[in-house]
Amino acid sequence: MKNKTITTIVIFFFIFVFLIFYKGLNNSNIYKPSNNENKIIPKFSAYSFFENKLINSENIFNQKKFYLLNIWASWCVPCRDEHPLIMSLKGNDKLEIIGLNYKDNNKNAKKFINDYGNPYSIILLDKDGTKAIELGAYGVPETFLIFENQIIKKYIGPLNSELILEIESFIK
Amino acid sequence: MLSSLMGYYSLIFGLCISLLIIFFSVKNFKNSNILDSKILLFSFLQLVLVFVSFLGLVISFVNSDFSNETVFNNSHTTKPLFYKITGTWGNHEGSLLLWLLVLTLFIFIFLVKSKNQLKKYRILTVIFQQIIIIGFFTFLIKTSNPFNYLFPIPEEGLGLNPILQDPALAIHPPILYLGYVGSSIIFSSVLAATTLNYINNDWAKHIKGWILISWIFLTLGILLGSIWAYYELGWGGFWFWDPVENVSLMPWLALTTLLHCILVLEKRSLFKSWIIILSIATFTLSMCGTFLVRSGILNSVHTFANDPERGLFILSFLFVLIFISIFIFFVFHKSDNKKLSPIFLLSKETSIVINNWFMMYFLSVVLIGTVYPIFLDVISSQKISVGPPFYHKLIIPFLIPFLIFMAIGPRLKWIKSELKDKLSLAILLIISVLLSLFIVRNFETNYLLNSILIGSAFYLFFITVRDFFSKKTQRLSQNIAHFGFSLLILSILFNSIFSNEIITNLKVGESYKDDDLEIVFNDLTKENKKNYVLFTGVFSIKDKSFNNILKPELRIYNQPNIITSEADIKITLLQDNFITINTVKNEDYFNVRYLIKPFMLWIWVSVLLIALGGLISLFNKKHEE
Repeated sequence: MKNKTITTIVIFFFIFVFLIFYKGLNNSNIYKPSNNENKIIPKFSAYSFFENKLINSENIFNQKKFYLLNIWASWCVPCRDEHPLIMSLKGNDKLEIIGLNYKDNNKNAKKFINDYGNPYSIILLDKDGTKAIELGAYGVPETFLIFENQIIKKYIGPLNSELILEIESFIK
Repeated sequence: MLSSLMGYYSLIFGLCISLLIIFFSVKNFKNSNILDSKILLFSFLQLVLVFVSFLGLVISFVNSDFSNETVFNNSHTTKPLFYKITGTWGNHEGSLLLWLLVLTLFIFIFLVKSKNQLKKYRILTVIFQQIIIIGFFTFLIKTSNPFNYLFPIPEEGLGLNPILQDPALAIHPPILYLGYVGSSIIFSSVLAATTLNYINNDWAKHIKGWILISWIFLTLGILLGSIWAYYELGWGGFWFWDPVENVSLMPWLALTTLLHCILVLEKRSLFKSWIIILSIATFTLSMCGTFLVRSGILNSVHTFANDPERGLFILSFLFVLIFISIFIFFVFHKSDNKKLSPIFLLSKETSIVINNWFMMYFLSVVLIGTVYPIFLDVISSQKISVGPPFYHKLIIPFLIPFLIFMAIGPRLKWIKSELKDKLSLAILLIISVLLSLFIVRNFETNYLLNSILIGSAFYLFFITVRDFFSKKTQRLSQNIAHFGFSLLILSILFNSIFSNEIITNLKVGESYKDDDLEIVFNDLTKENKKNYVLFTGVFSIKDKSFNNILKPELRIYNQPNIITSEADIKITLLQDNFITINTVKNEDYFNVRYLIKPFMLWIWVSVLLIALGGLISLFNKKHEE
C-alpha cells in the first residue's frame, strides 16, 4: 500500500516536471545585453560610504534634476585626472553628483577624498563590482548622465574638459 | 559529397542493425544457455558503421565540403587543419554523432568484457542499451542530420566560433562524453540486474570498473572545461555555476556517491536501493544535461543551435527512459528489509550513509539552482538567474562537517569498529584549527566561517598526509582521492580569499600605479594570422615579488567576425598572474584586468589527484583488500 502511494507520487512528480520543461521549451530565452543609453536606470540598493546605511537608488534619482553618476576608485589613475574636473561641476544646483566607489579599500578611498576633495553629494559602495555590472559599466572610470531616471549619456573612460562642456550644455 | 553520402547511409544501416540486435536478443533470451554470437557480431558491425559515418563527417570537414550543411555552418577554408578536425564535434550534429560512436563502442566493449556474467543479464543489458542507441539514432537522423545536402554549393563556410578554437576544448567534449556515455552502460546494466534480481556482490565487482571509468573521464572532462574557461573566457574564474557546468557536476556528484555505495555492496549486501536509484540518476542527469543544453531552454556559454523540435525529442526520450526505470524499480526491486544485516553506529557503512546524504544535499542544491529559473519562468514568467552567492551560501556551511567526516570515515572498519588513536585525531584537529585561525587573522579577512572551513580542510589534509606514511596504508586510491579533495578545497579557499583584482582603463604609454604595484602599458602590436588579426599588448608589471612582461592578446577573427581576448598568464607554483585586455567602444582606451590568483595550479593538480585515485583503484586490485 505504502509502495503504491510512493509510486503514484513519483510518477505525478515526473509528469509535472515534464509539463514544466515542455512549456519552458516554447519560451524564448535569448538574452540580449542592452544598450543602456536612453534606458531607465536599473534599481539597486547600496551602502553609503560615510554613514554605512543601505540606500535605495529610487530614493536618490527621484528629483527633477540632472544626476551625474561617477564610478571611481582610489586605485584608478584616470580617476585622479578627471577628479578636478568633476570638482569643478560641484555647486551647480541643477546637477547632483553621485559617486559609486568601485571595488575599493575604505582607507584608500577616504584618503583619496581627503586629498582631492569630495564633489559627491552621496557616495555609494560597490565592494564586489556587482552594482557597476547592473548599470552596464565596463570598469572605472565611467560616468552616467541621468535625467528623470533615464541614462542620457554614458561616458567610458575619464572625462576631459570638452566632455565637461558637453555635460554643462546638457544641463542648460 | 561522397563522404557525406557514405556517412548518411552508414547511419541508416546502423539503425537497422539495432533492430536486428534487439530481435536476436529477444530470441536468444530464453532459447539457449550461451550468448548468440550474432549479437556480438552485429554489435561490432554497428560500431564499424557508426565509425564510418563519423569518419565521413571528419573527411567532409577536412576537405571543407560545403555541400554539407554542418560543414558549411561550422567550418571555413582558412581554419587550421587541427580545428577543422576538432570542429567535427564542436557543433550540435557532430557532437551527437560522437555520442553515438561512444555508445556503440561501449556496448561492444561491455559484451567482450562481461563473458563471466549471466547470459540473461548480458542480453537484457544489450536490449536496454540498444533502446538508448535507437533513441539517439532517431534523434540524429530525424532532427539533427549531420549530412544535410546544400544546393547550390556555397563557396565559403560560416566558420567555427573562435572561442571553441582551442586545444583544451578540442579534447574536452570527447572526454566528457566518455564519462556521460559510460554512465549509460551503468544505467542499462542496473536495469537488467534489477529485473533479474542480480544486484549482489558479484555484480558489484563487475560494474565497479565501469563506474570507475566513467567517473575518471567525467572528472577529467570537467577539469578540462574548467581550465578552458579560466584562460579563454578572460574572467579569471574557473567555475561560474553556469547551468552547463552544473549539468556536468550533477552526474559527477551522483556518480561519486554511487562509487562509494558500490564499495559497500562489494563487501556487504547493503544499499541496493541506493545503488539502483543512483545509477538511474547518473544517466538521467547526463541526459537531462543534454536536454537543457541542446534545447535552448537555458542560456549559457555553450550556444549550440536551439531548436524546440530537438528539445521536445530529447525531453520525450528522457522521460520515456525515466518511466521505464520507475516501472522496473517499483515492479522488480524487492527491498529485503526483513533480513537486513544490522548496521552499527560506528562503522564504515554509517560513514558512507552520511556521505550519501551530504552528496544528495549538494546535488539537490545544484539541481534546484539550475532548474529553478525554468520553473519560475513558466509559472510566473519572471526571468531570473541563480548566481554564485546562492550556491556558496547553501554549500559552504555543509562542507565543514563533510570534510571532517571525510577525514574520520575511512578510518572505520566494516560492520563494527572502534575509533582508534582518538588522541592523535583530536590533536590534529586542534592543530588545524589553530593554523587556520593564524592564517585568516594574519591576512585581515576576519571571517569566522572561513577559518572553520579552512580548519576542517586542513584537518582532512593532515590526516590523509599522515596516512600516506603510516605502515598500514589501507587504501592508497581512496587516500589519494581524499587528499586531492582536501587540497582542492584548500586551494579554492586560498584562491578566493587572497585573490587580488585590478581593473582599469589605459591607453598605450599610460601606466597605473598604487602603493605596491605598477602596470605600464608599453606597446600594442598588430599582426595578420591565418584566420584572424592579432593585437598584442605589452605590459610590464612590477611589484614586490613579481617583475615581468605580460602580453595579453586580442584576436579579431575573420569568419565569423568575433573578437576574443586571450589572457596572458604567468604560472608559478604559488600564484598565477593573469592579465587580459578588452576594447572599449570608440575609444583608444583598453580595459585592462590584472589578477593575482594564488594557488591556481594546485586547483588543477588536486583534481588530477582525485582522478588518479580512481585510476589506481581501477588498475591496482591488490590494494583494495
